[in-house]
Amino acid sequence: MHKNLLQKYRYSFILLKELVITEFKLRYQGSFLGYLWSLLKPLFLFAILYFVFVYFLKIGSNIPDWPIAMLVGIVLWNFFAEITNNGLNAIVSRGDVIRKINFPKYVIILASSVSALINLFLNCIVIAIFMIISDVHILWSALISPFYVLEIFIFGVGLSFILSTINVRLRDTSYIWEIIMQALFYGSAILYPISIISVNNPVLAQIILMNPVAQAVQDIRHVLVNDANQTLWTISGSLWLTIIPFLIVIIVFIIGAMYFRRKSPYFAEDI
Amino acid sequence: MKIPDDIAISVKNISKNFILPHEKSNSIKSSIVHIFKRKNKTVEVQRALKGVSFEIKKGEFFGIVGRNGSGKSTLLKILAQIYTPTKGTVSVNGKIVPFIELGVGFNPELTGRDNVYLNGGLLGFSKSEIDSMYDEIVEFAELSRFMDQKLKNYSSGMQVRLAFSIAIKAQGDILILDEVLAVGDESFQRKCYEYFQELKDDKKTVILVSHNMEAVRTYCSRAVLLNNGQIEVDSSDVNTVADAYSKLFVDKTETSRNEADRYGSGELSIENIKNEIIDNQIAITLDIENKTDKSYKEVYVGVNVKSEGSLVAGNHLRYAPGYEKGLTFKPKERKTLIMKFDNILSKNDYVIDLNIRANSGTLNFDTINNAIKINLANPGGSKFYKVQIPFSASEV
Repeated sequence: MHKNLLQKYRYSFILLKELVITEFKLRYQGSFLGYLWSLLKPLFLFAILYFVFVYFLKIGSNIPDWPIAMLVGIVLWNFFAEITNNGLNAIVSRGDVIRKINFPKYVIILASSVSALINLFLNCIVIAIFMIISDVHILWSALISPFYVLEIFIFGVGLSFILSTINVRLRDTSYIWEIIMQALFYGSAILYPISIISVNNPVLAQIILMNPVAQAVQDIRHVLVNDANQTLWTISGSLWLTIIPFLIVIIVFIIGAMYFRRKSPYFAEDI
Repeated sequence: MKIPDDIAISVKNISKNFILPHEKSNSIKSSIVHIFKRKNKTVEVQRALKGVSFEIKKGEFFGIVGRNGSGKSTLLKILAQIYTPTKGTVSVNGKIVPFIELGVGFNPELTGRDNVYLNGGLLGFSKSEIDSMYDEIVEFAELSRFMDQKLKNYSSGMQVRLAFSIAIKAQGDILILDEVLAVGDESFQRKCYEYFQELKDDKKTVILVSHNMEAVRTYCSRAVLLNNGQIEVDSSDVNTVADAYSKLFVDKTETSRNEADRYGSGELSIENIKNEIIDNQIAITLDIENKTDKSYKEVYVGVNVKSEGSLVAGNHLRYAPGYEKGLTFKPKERKTLIMKFDNILSKNDYVIDLNIRANSGTLNFDTINNAIKINLANPGGSKFYKVQIPFSASEV
């Protein structure tokens, strides 16, 4: 039994590695600049948003280093969006393989999430460069930011389990999710500081920060860039409220994993 | 579940049902429409397998045969643990390497080398395991010059060769092979069969699904015949299974009810036509009934074998030893006649016309056109001739 268990995870690990390598190799297939795009894409996106929101609209001028905080938010949001978008289509797009061979299906979801994680690391280089250029005083508390990245990762993987499973039966899922993501993006204080809202309506700010992604982004801004960035804890001061997003992450992940586990034996015939 | 060490796969009473909605609802709109129409929503349950049980011992070359739609692909996918059975259990001892299709997960944008590792990874082989097999795989595929090229630049033959080489060199405990291997040109097929022989000699556990009875007879040490989702024959005498399979392809006699296909004066009539293929002989059994109070003599039966509308072969009772004088009938007499001829037919579809005549053919009692339909899965004769005439040769 113990040996079987080891054997089982060995297979998953081999497969995970192989799928991640493949996805990585295929990502910039045939492009001249290749992996450089992983750096250039967030760079240009940031440049555009900087001009629109910071330079013209003058949003966030009351928060020190707001441009960097905005960049952090964009990068993290893209990370979350990449996990869920990849995950959503992961099962359906591998339909031909699933119909021909048996392997642990959750590996597909993990592989696409790990690819997003690798991408995040590359994006972090861009953030680091900007932080050095803008002379941001890096706080010791920055060391706990990986914890919040992990929170987003687990939340994304949990959602991917649910979304990919629903998508097998109902192909409308991707369109619905696109709309939800669009709404969440503007409702998550990525492009604007949460203080704009919390000043007049602290309750609304707290509701926004119930979203684990928004909460994690604020927390990372707080610990990494500048502690003037408000978090759920600094706004509410309630331990119970602060815990809620984490509970949501755990519940979504457990429900997602259970649902996926229950449905995955039938993927081969349902796709 | 724990199974004895000498058993590779144990299958206990498995059933598989597929639920086939007549209109698959893949979008919200159709789902909503379905909710409102729930009453007349038609769902069909297809019972692909109905209680199949068997055990495959280690070292067995196990054949699964059956006509299209008999459930063998479903069974294979359940054995490969791709499908989950609706009922019953499958227990496996060892590592299964399935080849339901060659080159699963091949990506045209990757190089040949990368594809070997990807395909191997899907089959559960680590990088170091593939490293040790890699040279052999490339050598067998005869593709060493092309391994750093993208797969999309390979010809389809090269892709098949690469995929097949991985299949061959991948060392698992239990191999599951679908008849996909029977693609490719003649030299490639020969390679496949050499490989089968090798597997057989090495006492590997192999599960083979095939329509090719020659392959089943040659390589399998045991076979099952599936029909309508159930095991009809399970035997270590693979010839029995192969014969039973061939029999499936002879349609039961349909005595033509179509008046256009049947004519004659009707004093004698053909009843109860049966047709079988046994030991590569086609046997036609028919009852002939004298419906009158008169006697008849020198009654002959004619057999015409047609293919694509033209007469390709035939014979006459007069040429059967002992029946030169034909049959005689007393009033109201009923006789059962069995006629056999060597299966020298090759193509798939034949129809047989039967007639009973007397008086040098001027009296036509009963003629039934298209009385028997034959569909040969494994032709008795050559591939090239519709009918292979009996032939012998000697040197002077």
